[in-house]
Parts: sequence; C-alpha cells; structure tokens
Amino acid sequence: MSDSLIKFEKVTKIHNGGTVALDSVDLDISNGEFVSIVGHSGAGKSTLLKMVLAELYPTQGAVYVDKDDTRHLSKKELVQLRRRVGTIFQNFRLIESKTVYENIAFALEVAGMSDEEIEADVPHVLGLVDLQDKAEYFPKELSGGEQQRVAIARAIVIQPSVLVADEPTGNLDPINTYEVVQILKKINDLGTTVVLTTHNKGVIDSVGSRVVTMDGGKIVRDDKSGQYML
Amino acid sequence: MLKSGIKRVVRSGVVGFFRNAFVSVSTMLVMMITLFVIGVLLFMNAALTSTLEQVREKVDINAYFLTSAPEKQILELKSSIEQMPEVERVEYISREKALERFKARHKNDQLTLQALEELDENPLGASLAIQAKDPSQYAVIAKFLEDKTAVGEGEQQLIENINYSQNKVVIERLSNLTKAIEKAGVIFTIFLTVASIMIVFNTIRLAIYTNKDEIEVMQLVGASNWFINGPYIIEGMLYGLVAGLVTLFIFYPLSIYMSSSTEVLFGAFNSFTFYINNFGMLFKYLVGSGVGLGAVSSYLAVRRYLGV
Ligand SMILES: Nc1ncnc2c1ncn2[C@@H]1O[C@H](COP(=O)(O)OP(=O)(O)OP(=O)(O)O)[C@@H](O)[C@H]1O
Ligand SMILES: [Mg+2]
Repeated sequence: MSDSLIKFEKVTKIHNGGTVALDSVDLDISNGEFVSIVGHSGAGKSTLLKMVLAELYPTQGAVYVDKDDTRHLSKKELVQLRRRVGTIFQNFRLIESKTVYENIAFALEVAGMSDEEIEADVPHVLGLVDLQDKAEYFPKELSGGEQQRVAIARAIVIQPSVLVADEPTGNLDPINTYEVVQILKKINDLGTTVVLTTHNKGVIDSVGSRVVTMDGGKIVRDDKSGQYML
Repeated sequence: MLKSGIKRVVRSGVVGFFRNAFVSVSTMLVMMITLFVIGVLLFMNAALTSTLEQVREKVDINAYFLTSAPEKQILELKSSIEQMPEVERVEYISREKALERFKARHKNDQLTLQALEELDENPLGASLAIQAKDPSQYAVIAKFLEDKTAVGEGEQQLIENINYSQNKVVIERLSNLTKAIEKAGVIFTIFLTVASIMIVFNTIRLAIYTNKDEIEVMQLVGASNWFINGPYIIEGMLYGLVAGLVTLFIFYPLSIYMSSSTEVLFGAFNSFTFYINNFGMLFKYLVGSGVGLGAVSSYLAVRRYLGV
C-alpha cells in the first residue's frame, strides 16, 4: 500500500459563482485501496470525485492520477484516462437515447472491445445488478434505483483500475444496497481501487476500511479503518 | 479496432436514424426546401441555356459574294473560316440555293417572280452564313472577313458586303445578356448554398441541443470525438438522402404539370422532357447535395457541443 494512485495537492476549487467547494485539500490514495468519503451535503465530495475524471480542474493546486497532472493531459491521454476510470455519477447520467444494454455496451465499444467480449460481458454485469429483464428498456422507463444499477453496471463492466462511485446506493433499497456493497468489495479484492461517497452508515460499517470525513471543503478526519462519525 | 469502430459508428447512426433521435420532421422539411430550390435552379439554368441557344442560333453573320466570285475560291474561304477556333458552324449558300430561297420567300408575289423570269441570268450571289461559338466572338470573325474583303493588287474581289454592322447591336446585346445571366446565376447559387447550409446547420444544432448532456456523458466515459461525431454525421447523411429522394420525386409530377407553361415561356424547353433526359444528373445533384448538406451540418452542429 505504498504506490500513490490518486494524489490531491493543496487543491482549492472555487465554482463559478464563488462557492469554495474545496479548500486546500491534500489527499493521497494508494493503488488497491477502498476509500469512503463522508460529509454533510455540500461538503465538496462530488467536486472532489469529479476531479479524478478531469471533469473539473482545480482552481489552485494539482490533481495527479497515475502520476499525471490532470491539467496537462493531451486529448488522447484524457480519453485513455477516462477509459481506465469507471465512474458512477451521483445523478446516473445515462445516455437517454440508448437502451440499458446499449448504455453498458457503449463503455466497452469506446474502449475498442471486440463484439464477442461485449456480447459476453454485458449480460454478465446485467446479471450482477439484477437487470437481465430490462436490457431493452430505455433509461426513461426505469425507476431511480434501476437507473442507478445501470450506472453501476456501466462503471464496472470496463474492469476499471479505479472505480469512482458518487453515492452509488443513494436510491437503493436495503437488499440492493447490500448487494452493491458486496460487488464493490469484490471488485476491490480483485485489485480495483475504489473511492466512494455515501451518507449511509450501514455502507461504511460493512465496508470497514479507510474513511475520509469532509466538512466545508476541508478534510477534517482520515481514519485508516474508520466508522461513520458525524 | 478501427474497422469495428467504423462499423459501430455506422450502426449507431443507422439506429439513431430509425429512432428519429435528433432530426425532426421540421428539419427534414427545411432540407427539402433547400434541395427544392437547388432543383429549381437546375431547371431554370437548363431553360435559360436552351433559350439562349435558340436565340444564338438565329444570330449569324453573312458574307455576300459577288456573282462573279468562283465557287472554288468561296469554298476555300469557307474551309479557312471553319478552321478558326471561334467558329461553330459555316453554311455555304450557293447561288442556285439563294435563288430557290428567294423564290420560296416570294411565292405569293407574282410581280417579283415575273421580273426574275425576265432576267436571263441568276442575279443573286452566293453567301456564307457563319455562326460563332459565343456571341462575343463575332467581332473577331467580322474582322477576319473584312481583311479578306480588302483585296490587293491583281487579286479579284470576292466579297460584296458583310452584314456584321447591321447585326452588331443585336449581337452585342445578346452577348452582354448572356454574361449577365450567367454571372447572376453564379452569385444567386452561391448565396443560396451558403444560406441553406446555415439554415440546415442551425436547425440541426437546435435539434441536437437536447443531446448536449448525452454528448458530455459520452466524453466522460472515454469516447473519442469521432466516435461521438460519427453517428450524428451518418444520421445527418441518411436524412439528407431521404430529403433528396423525396425532392427528386416531387419534381416528377411538377415537371409534367409545368411542361406546357415552360414550352410557352422558353420555346423549345420542356420541363418534363428535361426531367426524364437528365434524371441521372438531377439525382446526383439533389441526393448528393442532400447527403453533403446533412453531413456537413451535423458535423458542424456536434462540433459545437464537443467543445473543440
Ligand atoms: N457546477 C457548480 N457551480 C457552482 N457551484 C457548484 C457547482 N457544483 C457544486 N457547487 C457548489 O459546491 C459545493 C459543494 O458541492 P458538491 O456537489 O461537491 O457537494 P457534495 O458534498 O457532493 O454534496 P451532496 O452530499 O449533497 O452530494 C456546494 O455548495 C455547491 O453549491
Ligand atoms: Mg455530491
């Protein structure tokens, strides 16, 4: 647990409109870790995660993924980075004009996987999130929890080296929540670094690993094997 | 990898086309109107060209020869005129033929015919009717003939007169008119093409606006630009194809309906005959413009949302 995979160096993010969402944040995440980020609504959790995918860039300081400064990536390197990072967005962000199957397949298509691999992998992850029967549905025709599970399937199907999950269980019932946490733990056991945010104490407790607590854009606690403390 | 990428882009574009993802009926209509205007321009151009051609054929210059001019020398002159690059056609009207034509023209005029009978020799000289490729070239030909008229010492005069100066005004006017129409046509076509690309581009851009978030998501899951752009371009091309074909077939009944009026207006030009004889050309221009318009417009439209 020594080689750093994601590194935030004195990162400050001021959004348009002047909100200071992150205030000089230092954070180091090693390869293979499972990190949970907790904190009140508006603490800056989503802002932090968006920087890993280079959806947002720091106003001050720097973010390194695999030792590369996200701000200095070429177009090609940026595309490569995003293919390695699986992301579950807080608001799902599925492609509305594509079916469930196509949404998941799309992530593999952009990575240049063969048709055979796609035809094998997509049904497999659909099974994992228990959505085999909804493969031909469009996102509009799904419940919130079902959309969330599609988002999870899309993020894990690419077998990412980093999984960034922004409240992946926010819309799920307890049984689904439990299953998703088991999936994330299993992926982590197989070597994927997982960074997730949550408001759910049960999730933290059952993961039982590092917990970073944020408040007002700052990291206020960092417990190696923490519990949910707010 | 590249091959499967192309396959995926095309498939995604075709699927999008059938799901009617971004181009609405109104976009198709805008495309069809644009193509319709292009089609009308093609018809107008053909009609005007054919009319000008008819007028042009009626204009010529004539060199009238003395009755004493030997036929051999006239024919020699004819072949040297035919060699001029400006000359389209030269017709030799022999003395006998001139007489025949004269008689035909005056067949109801007994007095003149009688007077002609009383002469023991054909009073009419031979002539050459010369047609230029372009009205502006008559001046050059006239100059050539005038040089021939000026005879040197010991030579026999052949040409009695040239009717260029009488026709000069008509010829010059026709020449200017042709140029003006051609110039206006080019400007009009360029203007319309630019305007139509802008209109179709904006319509597609608005239609794609709802896909703005989707395009962003595709970027976030690591799709390269051409992978996002490609399907939209394919889809735009398919819409252009349909719009082009529909427009092409709209001209079928329309050209039948218009054929009698075009004949009245433009003389020998018949819109339906033109449609049938030039179907391949119309297909190429209308469907080609439709596909091109769709491709370029969607490419420009998506580019906006890709932030490049
Ligand atoms: N695009 C934006 N433009 C302006 N301000 C923003 C933007 N995104 C976030 N903010 C602000 O930044 C702060 C942190 O937002 P962020 O989404 O990171 O919070 P969060 O910790 O994820 O909250 P939650 O638990 O509710 O998801 C908030 O005050 C929010 O208003
Ligand atoms: Mg958030």
